[in-house]
Amino acid sequence: MKPAAFTFQRPTELSEALAAYAANPGAKILAGGQSLIPLMSMRLTTVSELIDINGIGELSFIEASEAGVRFGALARHAELHAHEEARRVQPMLHAALSHVAHATIRNRGTTVGSIVHADASGEMPVVLTLLGGTLTVASTEGRREIAADDLFIGPLETALESGEIAVEAFVPALPARHGIAFDEIARRHGDYALCGLGVVLGLTEDGGIESVRAGYISVTETPIVVDLTECFPDGIDASSLVAAGEKALEQLEPEGDIHASAEYRAQLARTLTARVITAAHADAKARLFQEVTA
Amino acid sequence: MTTKMMGEPVARVEDDRLVTGRGRYADDLAPEALEMAVLRSPHAHARIVSIDVDAVLDVAGVHAVYTYEDLEGALAEPLPLLIPHPNLTHGRTQYALAKDEVNYVGEAIAIVIADNRYLAEDAVGLIEVQYEFLPPVVGIDAARAAENLVHDDVPGNVAATMEQSFGDPEADIGGAPHRLTFDLEIERSACMPMEGRGTVARWDPDLKRMSVWSSTQTSTGVRAAVATKLGLDLSQVDVITPDVGGGFGVKIVHPWPEEVLVPMAAKVLGRPVKFTEDRREHFISSAHERGQQQHIDVGFDDDGRILGLSVQFWHDNGAYTPYGLIVPIITSTQLIGPYKLPSYRVVFQSLYTNTVIVTPYRGAGRPQGVFAMERTMDAIAAYLGKDRTEVREVNFIQPDEFPYAHGELSFQDGRPLIYDSGNYPEMMRKAKALVDWDEFEKVRDEARAEGRKVGIGIACYVEGTGVGPYEGGHVQIETSGKVKVSTGLTTQGQGHETAFAQIVADELGVRFEDIQVVTGDTRRSPYSVGTFASRAAVMSGSAVALAARAAKAKALRLAADALEVDVDDLEIVDGIVRVKGAPASQIALGTLAVLSNPLRYAFDEASRAATQFAVGDPTKPPVAEDDEPGLEGKDYYSPMRSTFASGIHIVIVETDPETAEVSILKYAVVHDCGTLINPRIVEGQVHGGVAQGVGGALYERMAYDETGQLQNASFMDFLMPYVTEVPESIEIDHLETPSPLNPLGLKGAGEAGVIPGAAAFASAIEDAENFTITSMPISPSELYALRLSKATDTATERTNT
Ligand SMILES: Cc1cc2nc3c(=O)[nH]c(=O)nc-3n(C[C@H](O)[C@H](O)[C@H](O)COP(=O)(O)OP(=O)(O)OC[C@H]3O[C@@H](n4cnc5c(N)ncnc54)[C@H](O)[C@@H]3O)c2cc1C
Repeated sequence: MKPAAFTFQRPTELSEALAAYAANPGAKILAGGQSLIPLMSMRLTTVSELIDINGIGELSFIEASEAGVRFGALARHAELHAHEEARRVQPMLHAALSHVAHATIRNRGTTVGSIVHADASGEMPVVLTLLGGTLTVASTEGRREIAADDLFIGPLETALESGEIAVEAFVPALPARHGIAFDEIARRHGDYALCGLGVVLGLTEDGGIESVRAGYISVTETPIVVDLTECFPDGIDASSLVAAGEKALEQLEPEGDIHASAEYRAQLARTLTARVITAAHADAKARLFQEVTA
Repeated sequence: MTTKMMGEPVARVEDDRLVTGRGRYADDLAPEALEMAVLRSPHAHARIVSIDVDAVLDVAGVHAVYTYEDLEGALAEPLPLLIPHPNLTHGRTQYALAKDEVNYVGEAIAIVIADNRYLAEDAVGLIEVQYEFLPPVVGIDAARAAENLVHDDVPGNVAATMEQSFGDPEADIGGAPHRLTFDLEIERSACMPMEGRGTVARWDPDLKRMSVWSSTQTSTGVRAAVATKLGLDLSQVDVITPDVGGGFGVKIVHPWPEEVLVPMAAKVLGRPVKFTEDRREHFISSAHERGQQQHIDVGFDDDGRILGLSVQFWHDNGAYTPYGLIVPIITSTQLIGPYKLPSYRVVFQSLYTNTVIVTPYRGAGRPQGVFAMERTMDAIAAYLGKDRTEVREVNFIQPDEFPYAHGELSFQDGRPLIYDSGNYPEMMRKAKALVDWDEFEKVRDEARAEGRKVGIGIACYVEGTGVGPYEGGHVQIETSGKVKVSTGLTTQGQGHETAFAQIVADELGVRFEDIQVVTGDTRRSPYSVGTFASRAAVMSGSAVALAARAAKAKALRLAADALEVDVDDLEIVDGIVRVKGAPASQIALGTLAVLSNPLRYAFDEASRAATQFAVGDPTKPPVAEDDEPGLEGKDYYSPMRSTFASGIHIVIVETDPETAEVSILKYAVVHDCGTLINPRIVEGQVHGGVAQGVGGALYERMAYDETGQLQNASFMDFLMPYVTEVPESIEIDHLETPSPLNPLGLKGAGEAGVIPGAAAFASAIEDAENFTITSMPISPSELYALRLSKATDTATERTNT
């Protein structure tokens, strides 16, 4: 389990990295290495050149404002997870990151790397989509912003063009009268989920259901968000939750593998839909109460 | 008095080194060594048409490439069948490098030796092999169907058929008031030590000596294998076991192809050579265990007393049988557990499949046997509507019935299956008390009323431990007073440095801190067997005790001479021999060590101190005829037969009504390994065993597809439990029924923790779900599927007649 030979460079300026990448579009960007290095070591991928971006200080930041949270390509999962302001502004980040891998992997792995890796079993691509976030990419040609909806174009495939490095991501703040919840079921603590779900739920001013959006993990090939608002015309109860689960399943494509059958994943999607919407509803009500009393 | 060490929870002296990264494993040695990589078969079953290594030859940094064609002499023969058995009529072993045919994905075909492992792997990728595909046989069903054969010359894929019995079970079952028949299944798992296999070899052309460091459970076995395969005299080969990062059985198999190929290459190239197995290689080219299908036929009376038991099982032995029939024989004999059977028949077939070989994994066939028996006990209880502990109790061997012989059955050591001691009713009393068993029905009913599913499960086992034939101990007292202890079997983290030192401290009367234990070094202990079958404490523990007694006898004899007193008036305390009641009259063990050696060069203080004493008979030669120089003791321990440890595990689980996830609410263990040397070490062994039991019951399996590809050959997909998946605490109670078979009353403790895991979890999940569990391990996905099938089909698998 040793990678084949490759050349390696570790620029300290973004411009240098972009130039190097432009010069060799066959190169690969190395961020936390928690996905890329295992693939190389198992020789499931061979890389002629690695451009390590870990020396580029300017990519290592997290900024939380009332508008939302902006984080650089070198913000580690662990840093974003522990960032109090980010958590206050957009609590979904903390909630979802709690389920990403184990502490040691979160210490190295980057959230932007995770997004760019575009694994539909990863938490953060779905979270970016669910929150309507954006990814900023740069190349020697300049910068552009890609909306999450346009980013994930296939399994492990993004709209990044050759020579483009993702430099930062942005997720908008949680709007007023909204609540969130995230949960997933994995075989072992920290494993990729068999099925997972994040929900953003909005309340009307009088506490009725305004919107229910759910992002699912591991039950489609690319990140998917399902709008379940129409299932709750009269609020949330046991039967509407069941209906929401069935409605979601219409758009999901759970598949069987060695860990779980397709039927079981569907059952998890149903169960989690009910559980997570219930939790998001409780969260929204608690936040609304706080907003009103504050 | 010196503080008594036996039975004390002494902290392990090796931990400081091992947990701070200062252990030295095979891969840490000889950093200058060339490294080996192995070309492994990507196909489960194929004939090798041709191998083209030309592309490798010019690669810079590559020193050699070898295929079967390059092997000479004994190396070109198949690897040894270590434990032949008359019933193993069709035993087969692989070649060190495949000759003509490959029989599992991962079988070694060629090796490359290069400057480093990176280059060696590059070069392996350049070797071109042409294969002619043969149909693979994967899984027990395919092996039994025998539409395709693994080995052309093994009809029906049957390596062995073996039957053992006593009494007339057919008549007893037929005549019994009640009878149940049912089928069970248990899947493959594997040892998965954190350190894989690893071997380093260095040939000294001047001294004509081969030095081998191997991550093994038997240094003497590897030594004999290397000598034989390379045509060297045994005395030219040293095998040293460095720190070993876990074994759990897989490293008792020897020689692994790499274990003889590395020394071969080192000798040919005149450079040290190293092989360090990676994780994927460990999955596909070491060993697995556990896979069995079982058929049970049992007759019993109204109390649940078994009147006759007949078991048939099919054991998946993988592609080859280097370790003989040990695993299925253990299943056959240990299945009986703590129970008295009036009659019993067990028949097994050991079957070939195109998968990784099957050799002992901690528990070694016992988890399967216990699964069969404990599922039977639960089935009887369910059928009669009785408490599961009651049914077990009516079948228990009683304390006054020891030694207890199970008819004419013979155990893995070929000796009669006779239990030496035990107290199963008391063990049950303790186990029930740990979990408040009698109150559980209320707990379960209350939970059900809340829509929760909880269940309690129980499993009893008896484990034959401490199998022979022998181990040796050597205790040497140096002139410094330090005591060096050596025993030949190896250590894979069990705490031998601590436990054996505790024994010697008490036997000899020296301070624990002054004792240093070495294991698994053929230079110190050329005669030894190895570490397996929970035998280290019993075998080497007894041997070092006997050796310490011998050293003590000599020390007292010398001291009596020096102090001019009677031997019986002496005692040894903290390394000082003194006259009882007159402690001023004393002599240090170190001084006696000087006196024991008539070579009187005064190197040190101890030598000078010794000059005040005169020992020896001036009318005799300096070393008397019946004496030896030096203050040492050496002895071997060789038991008549195995000693039998026992235990009961009880687990309480909760199963999620929606997601079918299983969580562990409580895990309790009562364990009897005879006299405890160190309860802390024993508890550690139990904890680790329980963790592996959890893995085997709820998480681990070898997911082979129908072409024989292992789909989960990494820790990403082979779900070894993390610390988050095993119980946070395990309640342990000990029972000590000393073994009459050895000087300290010891029984083994190494494997026990894992043995009843699958059985206990099946029992608990069954209790929570209210339907029968017949196959383990079980995943939430499978439990969910079972729920769906039970909802539509309420018929039970058991045919009740
Ligand atoms: C045992 C284990 C368990 C895990 N469990 C989970 C889990 O449960 N959920 C989960 O979501 N993830 C999990 N991961 C993956 C982990 O989150 C990774 O860290 C993450 O997916 C990738 O981030 P990275 O910084 O390590 O990226 P790298 O491994 O460095 O890169 C991944 C890919 O993205 C590209 N890339 C990275 N950064 C950039 C950039 N700035 N611009 C352009 N391309 C870039 C690389 O070229 C590469 O192709 C697990 C990993 C391991 C080893």
